[in-house]
Amino acid sequence: MSTVIASPKPGKPWLATPKQRLLGVGVYLAAALVSFTLVAVSPLKGKLAYFVVFFFASLVIDFALSYVQRGIASAKDAVARGLVSVGMTLAVLPIFSILFEVVKRGYKGLSFGLFTHDMSLTSVNDPLGNGGLIHAITGTIIMVLMALIVAMPIGILTAVYLTEIRGKFAVPIKFLVQAMSGVPSIVAGLFILSAYVYPITGSLSGFAGSLALMILMIPTIARTSEEVLLLIPNDLREAGVALGGTQWRTVALVVVPAAKSGLVTALILGIARVAGETAPLVLLTGGGEKVNPNPFSGPMGSLPLYIWKCFGQGTEQSIARAWSGILVLLVIVLALFTMARFLSERKVAK
Amino acid sequence: MTTENEDNMDKTTTKPSSLSDVAAAKQKKAPGGQSLGVGLEARGVHAWFSGKHVLDGISLDFWSGTVTALIGPSGCGKSTFIRTLNRMHEFIPGAQMAGEVLLDGKDIYESGTDVTKIRLKVGMVFQKPNPFPSMTIAENVLSGLKLAELKVADKDALLEDCLERAGLWSEVKDRLNAHGGSLSGGQQQRLCIARSLAVKPQVLLMDEPCSALDPGSTLKIEETISHLSSSMTIIIVTHNMQQAARVSDYTAFFLSDGGPGSMIEVGPTSEIFSRPRDTRTENYVTGRFG
Repeated sequence: MSTVIASPKPGKPWLATPKQRLLGVGVYLAAALVSFTLVAVSPLKGKLAYFVVFFFASLVIDFALSYVQRGIASAKDAVARGLVSVGMTLAVLPIFSILFEVVKRGYKGLSFGLFTHDMSLTSVNDPLGNGGLIHAITGTIIMVLMALIVAMPIGILTAVYLTEIRGKFAVPIKFLVQAMSGVPSIVAGLFILSAYVYPITGSLSGFAGSLALMILMIPTIARTSEEVLLLIPNDLREAGVALGGTQWRTVALVVVPAAKSGLVTALILGIARVAGETAPLVLLTGGGEKVNPNPFSGPMGSLPLYIWKCFGQGTEQSIARAWSGILVLLVIVLALFTMARFLSERKVAK
Repeated sequence: MTTENEDNMDKTTTKPSSLSDVAAAKQKKAPGGQSLGVGLEARGVHAWFSGKHVLDGISLDFWSGTVTALIGPSGCGKSTFIRTLNRMHEFIPGAQMAGEVLLDGKDIYESGTDVTKIRLKVGMVFQKPNPFPSMTIAENVLSGLKLAELKVADKDALLEDCLERAGLWSEVKDRLNAHGGSLSGGQQQRLCIARSLAVKPQVLLMDEPCSALDPGSTLKIEETISHLSSSMTIIIVTHNMQQAARVSDYTAFFLSDGGPGSMIEVGPTSEIFSRPRDTRTENYVTGRFG
């Protein structure tokens, strides 16, 4: 026989066949059917009842089907897979519903004017087109940047102390940093109020706000940086030292550059941690309605404070303003997280 | 050159004359008659990890311009021993040591010694290739200069020279600005050798440099070692006895009987492999155990 052997076609023979996929869909259909009948004939009521019955029914049916087809191990695997998917859904659901709600309520107030005007000439009942939140955006940016400029070196140096120097105080400091990351933000605000505002300046300012943000930012940056530096293999440190480098040169030229993208992620997470902080800013910044470029004197607005204030005013327009403020803040924070994610993924890819 | 050889001879008069002859012959091969520096001597080196005695009184001389192979089963203290030779041992928490390591006749553990200077003179190549990931190939080679804050007039010439001596130049000369991580494992290890050469060490310690590599890369690195041996002292830890036989002039056999590792025998490589004096050495090199 001299038949020409056809050149092999690339495929994925391990994927489910159409029949198997149909069976999978069948499981869900059956589960849906069970949930409808059960809710109809039993005293169970409401949307949640449908979901709960559907969930348990699909688990049981999936288990039974897998057991019949492939035995007990495979059946257990199917149940575990089902539980994991439900856990994932439960975790993701609130996130999406928040996003959905914010976009739904916030988009009405969005306009270009939002980014060019402040609220100094706008009263609570003015239509949405009037005024904007440029004072809040600039205030948030100024305060977060000032906090970052101080918290970045302190946080990273703390991480370097914990991972590279590993001195006598490493254990208590690690504990302190962890405890500090659990400090409620209002406590940070009160601390600055009593330690800086009352005894020194006597007046509220953006700088006081950024001091509180700094306190909240340092532990986040320090902990994330520590994790990142711990991932750097010890081989690199040894190689640096074996080439005649001092510990400082090795850390500065080898360890920190190797962890660069991770450290950037740490900074972004630090920013994201404080960008939405409200409580300390309510206490410390005075929350003006005008753009104030000077953080050291005069009240300074910020996005979270703007949102808090607008809700407090309670009119239809101001509540709509609050929602669009939330939308803008959320977009900013989301953008930062996406950036962090992107940067850390690029590191893994390398 | 001659005087220096004689200095060496004087220092090692306790050695059998045959060893001196080999070393002398070896030194005469040195190209351009360049100075080879003085050797490295370990005197009664003990080591402990967190109180556990792992190395028992090793005394061993390393001749300039020779390759010494340290062989023996895992856990017999070979790696620990070479890490005491450039003070990398103390980098491990809980490490302790006793004894002397003389470089140019001076104890490197003497208090007040600048440890970074010691590591400049006694370079090290590790078991796993570890190029710096944030640096390009060229930056990797020259990284020692930056780390030790050394100044060099012609960096490009040094770069080419080091890569050439490490046997890597022809493979990377067109992509010096690529990242070190883009090379294959064997190339990375030769990059690490080139990196060690850039700070011009007198002694190069190699801790199983080929254990993670394929036979082709191993061969390249062995060629590199025999090129380098004319201009520096090389001490190589290896589990591969053929490798020890191929590259080294002297071989030392280490063994641990459950307690601290000790040196059973040292001699010219040909003797260790053909007529070992100790039966344990014979058993090991013939593959009867270990």
